[in-house]
Amino acid sequence: MTPVLAVRGAEKRFGAVVGLDGVDLEVNAGEVLALLGDNGAGKSTLIKCLSGALALDRGMIEMDGRRVSIHTPADARELGIETVYQDLALFDNLRPADNFYAGREAAGPRWLPRSIRVLKRHEMTVTTRQTLARLQVNLDDHGAVGLLSGGQRQGVAVARAAAFASRVVILDEPTAALGVRESRRVLDLILRLREEGKALIVVSHAMDHVMEVADRAVVMRRGRKVGELVPSAETHAEIVSLIVGGGG
Amino acid sequence: MAEATEMLDEREARPAAPDPRYRWLQLSLWTLRAGPALILAILVLVVSLTTPVFFTSRNIGNVFSQTAVIALLGLGQLLVIVSRGIDLSVGSTVALSGVVGAIVYLHVHSTILVVLAILGTGLAVGLANGLVFVLGRVPHPFIVTLASLSIVRGLALWAANGTLISGMPNGVDVLGGGSIGWLPYSFFVVAGLAVLAVIGTTYLVWGRWLYAVGGNPDAARRAGIPVGRVLVSVYVLSGLAAGIGGLITAGLIDAGSPTAGDLAELDSIAAVIIGGAAFAGGRGNVGNALVGAFTIGVIRNALNLHNVNAFYQLMAIGVVVLLAVEGDVIRGYVEKRVRLARAMRQDA
Ligand SMILES: Nc1ncnc2c1ncn2[C@@H]1O[C@H](COP(=O)(O)OP(=O)(O)O)[C@@H](O)[C@H]1O
Ligand SMILES: [Mg+2]
Repeated sequence: MTPVLAVRGAEKRFGAVVGLDGVDLEVNAGEVLALLGDNGAGKSTLIKCLSGALALDRGMIEMDGRRVSIHTPADARELGIETVYQDLALFDNLRPADNFYAGREAAGPRWLPRSIRVLKRHEMTVTTRQTLARLQVNLDDHGAVGLLSGGQRQGVAVARAAAFASRVVILDEPTAALGVRESRRVLDLILRLREEGKALIVVSHAMDHVMEVADRAVVMRRGRKVGELVPSAETHAEIVSLIVGGGG
Repeated sequence: MAEATEMLDEREARPAAPDPRYRWLQLSLWTLRAGPALILAILVLVVSLTTPVFFTSRNIGNVFSQTAVIALLGLGQLLVIVSRGIDLSVGSTVALSGVVGAIVYLHVHSTILVVLAILGTGLAVGLANGLVFVLGRVPHPFIVTLASLSIVRGLALWAANGTLISGMPNGVDVLGGGSIGWLPYSFFVVAGLAVLAVIGTTYLVWGRWLYAVGGNPDAARRAGIPVGRVLVSVYVLSGLAAGIGGLITAGLIDAGSPTAGDLAELDSIAAVIIGGAAFAGGRGNVGNALVGAFTIGVIRNALNLHNVNAFYQLMAIGVVVLLAVEGDVIRGYVEKRVRLARAMRQDA
């Protein structure tokens, strides 16, 4: 099976600091890939390169086996890759629908410059409500996102990514700021996206509940990939030692 | 009632029985959000009861005329403040645009050219503010527009040699000082611009970008919104609004005055803040900014009618600004409580 997304020989430097050092990575449709590693391992750097926030120095990105170039967030989004950043990148002053469509508003007529097109407000509200319902994210979609609880805000950010990601959803530390109950909801959401056939990359710096939903785990350390395994009770200890760098 | 509560709930919030404390929070939030309009309504009521002349058509016309420039500057300032910025140069721009118009009128007796010169001056100042702020990567527009407050006022005084330049085309005089019955023409200018501002902020893509940039500039950038262009547009529009304010002022006094619009930037900021906009950006609307402008206008007018010294007017407006800001703080607190209450209901 051709992976939906593949990274080959990714390298990224920040001056003298090595961010990525020859990383290979593949993720398939309907699969959850956990990207693990201690702080500074290069996880965020890698997903920033996939989401267009950074550009690789060397190496390449393939989708469905074809080489693609991702230089801006818009490039990534056009390829069907959506990212849920750790800070969520929500607009607390806006309603869920406005958050969903920020920067890609449904508007017309097309012959006008984008900035002065008329918003299709009803269409955006209805589509957003449908997506939230489909993913079972329950909230008041009339009010500003800033009025929601932490878990609901995460839900909005994930649902936004899911609504527009035709292929890949990347989540950076999606449960790091949440309590047990709210984490559970986000994990359920991840499973629902997997059922829809999306490829998911979930970043985590620790062996947390993200592992419950992961089909495969890639461990990074100091910009390199140091291991790739299937998470299970047997491999648990091995993954932990790969993350912290013990035994090597 | 039961239906309304349900819509606010998370669907799974089990205890569907209305929680009186939650209701109370919702109600106080609603009141605080309606705050600016309520304050103006109460103010108008009190003034009309204590001052019989207030509600005569002639005086209402006066209020409109006196408030027009504050309202115009306030509309521009609203856009700037929603974008997380501030424009301190608008008062000076009122002066410079009027002076430039008066100088043009000394040389050519063309109404169109004078009007274009006045509006063009406002636009140019706004464009300069926006470009210096965005391209110069200045951390905050306060500094940029503080500098232009000074530079633009200086230019106006220099160009006018420190004194009034008399004479404006008839059309400008009528627009600034004339009226249809008791309704001044400037009222229609304000109304027209307000309608455009409502369309721009609520119905156009640009408006969504504006609120997104004000709410989270970083996320706006990541979402592909042209943040720099949005910011420049906001200062251009504020400058243009100040130019229109300059046009009205010049018409009203039939001259270009280098001291016109003194402290008007503070009035416009006060109007926006009284109108409940967040100084931190991302929140505020056209209707409330106008309410803020008219709150200032009514206070001035009422104190004038009672022959109260102008010193007290300044103090009274300052107090209202403080009340409005405090109301906003309380609103933020209540919103937090609502959020907590909701989260608890969700987990119940
Ligand atoms: N913009 C940057 N400038 C300089 N160094 C950076 C930058 N971003 C990341 N790094 C460095 O690259 C390495 C990998 O960082 P990062 O990808 O954020 O790790 P992780 O997300 O796994 O904690 C670290 O040593 C970090 O200090
Ligand atoms: Mg990170």
